[in-house]
Amino acid sequence: MSEVRYSKDHEWVKVDGDTATVGITHYAQEQLGDVVFVELPDVGKKVEQGKQMATVESVKAASEVYAPISGEVLEVNSALADAPATVNEEAQGKGWFAKLKIADKGQLAGLMDEASYKKFVEGLH
Amino acid sequence: MDITEHTKSLKRTALHRLHVELGGKMVPFGGYDMPVQYPMGILTEHQHTRSGAGLFDVSHMGQIRLRGESFAQVASALERLCPADFQSLAPGQQRYSFFTNNAGGILDDLMVTRAGKGDDKDHLIMVVNASCKDQDLSHLQSNLNNRCEVEPMFDRALMALQGPRAAAVMRKIAPDSAAMKFMTGRPLNVGGMECFVTRSGYTGEDGFEISVPGGEADNLARKLLGDMEVKPIGLGARDSLRLEAGLCLYGNDITEATTPVEASLVWAIQKRRREQGGFPGAGIVQRQLSEGPKRKRVGILPDGKAPARAHTEIANEHGEVVGEITSGGFGPSVGGPVAMGYVRADLAKVGTPLQLMVRGKALPAKVAAMPFAPHRYHR
Repeated sequence: MSEVRYSKDHEWVKVDGDTATVGITHYAQEQLGDVVFVELPDVGKKVEQGKQMATVESVKAASEVYAPISGEVLEVNSALADAPATVNEEAQGKGWFAKLKIADKGQLAGLMDEASYKKFVEGLH
Repeated sequence: MDITEHTKSLKRTALHRLHVELGGKMVPFGGYDMPVQYPMGILTEHQHTRSGAGLFDVSHMGQIRLRGESFAQVASALERLCPADFQSLAPGQQRYSFFTNNAGGILDDLMVTRAGKGDDKDHLIMVVNASCKDQDLSHLQSNLNNRCEVEPMFDRALMALQGPRAAAVMRKIAPDSAAMKFMTGRPLNVGGMECFVTRSGYTGEDGFEISVPGGEADNLARKLLGDMEVKPIGLGARDSLRLEAGLCLYGNDITEATTPVEASLVWAIQKRRREQGGFPGAGIVQRQLSEGPKRKRVGILPDGKAPARAHTEIANEHGEVVGEITSGGFGPSVGGPVAMGYVRADLAKVGTPLQLMVRGKALPAKVAAMPFAPHRYHR
């Protein structure tokens, strides 16, 4: 069983044992509009919760993507280089950004589950 | 993700209700609450303007009329503040210009049209930027009030219909528009409304800018959008379209700190004015014309896929900082990143290799000819 958690900065984390797949939420891609470029971290880089992990560029602007949890980058979604629009089409699936080796599982408890994230997004309007 | 919200109180154009109804995503721009995009999205809106016809609300821009005893008087009055030759404008002819300051810097850029029947009653109609319009108006009033009448028409709406199908769409509701050439303007009945129309725009495409009384704007916009070929286009695509067309955005690519010579806008200073001067900062502009400027605005194409945004540092091959990007982003019609910016004059030649410092990495790029997407004006 894998579990998806959400950050207040609109990133998602899917946990599989010690590994976490991370990306931006459907709501985030909607706010950004057409994604034209994604800059991903280098494999092996240690990212810190709440600090910049990647950059996503829409036609209009560049936006920072923060690491929802701390960890070491095991793999990045290199398919996004040629098909950045995948982030719009499937933000919480094929449009994933990176896989992290989770540094501290305790951090997951501080993230929201799907129901709370949904409520959180509704509260933004 | 960093998603910022805005709550400040903003002005609204006559088409505000329509934007909201069309699902426009509203953002602050030039003091107005304006649509940055509609549900179609910036990419599709951009492509639609290049292939069909797009309707833009540009009512936030300022429309000002100058009247006087004679056209010659009005034209020569405005020449005191701008380096263009207005006296030689033919009836109906339009010209791009800018207000300069005493250092030769650019206070705002504007479009000026000679309106009238070709007699002494002819006047000038100008369109200036939203963020500058109040200051432009005082500038005109304090400098020209004893020479001509300065009449703000800020309650008029302005919309732009742009794209290769714009002419076909216009012909249906304003048959006389077909005879208009690029950079001309005239009063025109559009769909039953008395408008002032110019054949111009800010996209590099053929198209029209339609000035209409504010109270009739909604009616006219709905009429134009009733045509299946026309889609509403927001400010996001307006920016990517003008960037691909190599056109300057005031505040980014041209400012009080850039001269027309540095900005590669010498083409907008006609021969008589280059020789005679007589506009603010003329001495500096003339010196730069004869000696060459220290830096120049150029087109820049990054080699890779990463866009380089405004304020990105530009370095030469040796890593020495030689300039700054002033506009940059993704060009949907180019299919990759495009930019413009200022570089040291010796590096302004097309093909010169540069490095762009994006998020701490040096990305290779080259000076490139503009426009990035070919102009398709109706000359």
